[in-house]
Amino acid sequence: MTANLVGIAIIDIVFFTLLVLTAIAILRQRNLFAVAMLSGVFSLLSAGLFVTLDAMDVAFTEAAVGAGISTVLMLGTLALTSRDEAKRPRSALLPLFVCLVAGAALIYGTLDMPPFGAVDNPIQTHVAPEYIARTPTDIGIPNVVAAVLASYRGFDTLGEVVVVFAALVAVLLMLGTSGRRTNGKNGKEE
Amino acid sequence: MEHHSILRVVSKLLIPPMLVYALYVQFHGEYSPGGGFQAGVVFAAAFVLYSLVHGIDALTRVAPPRVLHALAGLGVLIFAGTGVVTMALGDAYLGYYALAEHPQHAQEWGIVVVEFGVGMTVASVMLSLFIAFASHTRKLDDKDW
Repeated sequence: MTANLVGIAIIDIVFFTLLVLTAIAILRQRNLFAVAMLSGVFSLLSAGLFVTLDAMDVAFTEAAVGAGISTVLMLGTLALTSRDEAKRPRSALLPLFVCLVAGAALIYGTLDMPPFGAVDNPIQTHVAPEYIARTPTDIGIPNVVAAVLASYRGFDTLGEVVVVFAALVAVLLMLGTSGRRTNGKNGKEE
Repeated sequence: MEHHSILRVVSKLLIPPMLVYALYVQFHGEYSPGGGFQAGVVFAAAFVLYSLVHGIDALTRVAPPRVLHALAGLGVLIFAGTGVVTMALGDAYLGYYALAEHPQHAQEWGIVVVEFGVGMTVASVMLSLFIAFASHTRKLDDKDW
C-alpha cells in the first residue's frame, strides 16, 4: 500500500514538474506556432495526471479535445492572424504583482480544502455513493459515468450538447458559413 | 502536400483505426470509459488528419459543411426528441423507463440513443469549426510557418 502511494507520488511529481516546465516554456516562447504545440503538450500531460487520478473519462476528453482538436483550431486561428507575439513595451511588474497576489490567494484558499483522498470528503459522502449503489439496479450498465451523464443527469448533458451547437452557430456567424475567400472578389482581405 | 509521402502513408494507416475506435467508444460507452462526446471528437479528429494531409478541399468533398451543419442540428434534435418521445409515452422528459417493458433495457436504450445524438453533434460541430477556420486561410507554403 505504501509502496503504491510512493509510486503515485513519484508519478505526480514527474507530471507536475513537466507541467511547470511546459508552462514556463510557453511563457518564454515568442513564436506562437511553438506556443500552440506546447499547449497541446500541456494538455497531454494533464491527461496523464487525470489517469493517475482514475478519471479515465476526463483524461480521454482532455487528450482528444485539449491535445488534439483545440491545438488544430489554434493553428487554424494562427493562420488567420499573426505568427509571432507582439513585443510589449510596458513593464511586466504590475502583471507579475497581480499574478503573485492572485496565486497566493488561491493557495491560501486550498488550505481550507479537505485532505486529498480522505474518506469523509464531500465527494465520497454526497450523491456519488448513491449513484454507484443504484446504477446496477436502476440502469444495469457497468459504466457509472455514462449512467450519470446520460440518465441521472440527462438534462445537464442536453444543455451541454446545446452549448456545443451554440458554439458552432457563434463561429459561423463570425466567420461565415461558406468560407473560401481564396481568389474571389473577397480574396484580398489579408 | 504531394511530396509528403511519409505523412500520406502514416495517415492512411491511422485514419481507419481512428474511425473504428471512435465507433467503439461511441457504442461501447456503457461498458468502458468514453461516450458520445469523446467518440465524436475522435471521429472528427480522423477527418481533420485527412484534411491536414490532403487539403481542405478534399475534406469538404467528403464532408460538405452544409451536411455537417444539418447533422449538428440533427444530433441535438435526437437528444431533445428522445425526451419528447418519453413524454408522449407517459413518462417524464428524458425519463427512459417508458421506452421498453424491462426497466434496465429501457434505460440502456435511452442512453444509447441519447449518446448517439451527442456523438453526432460533437463530431459535426468539431469538423465544421475546423472547416470554418481552415477554409478562410489562403494556401500556406510549408515555409510560411
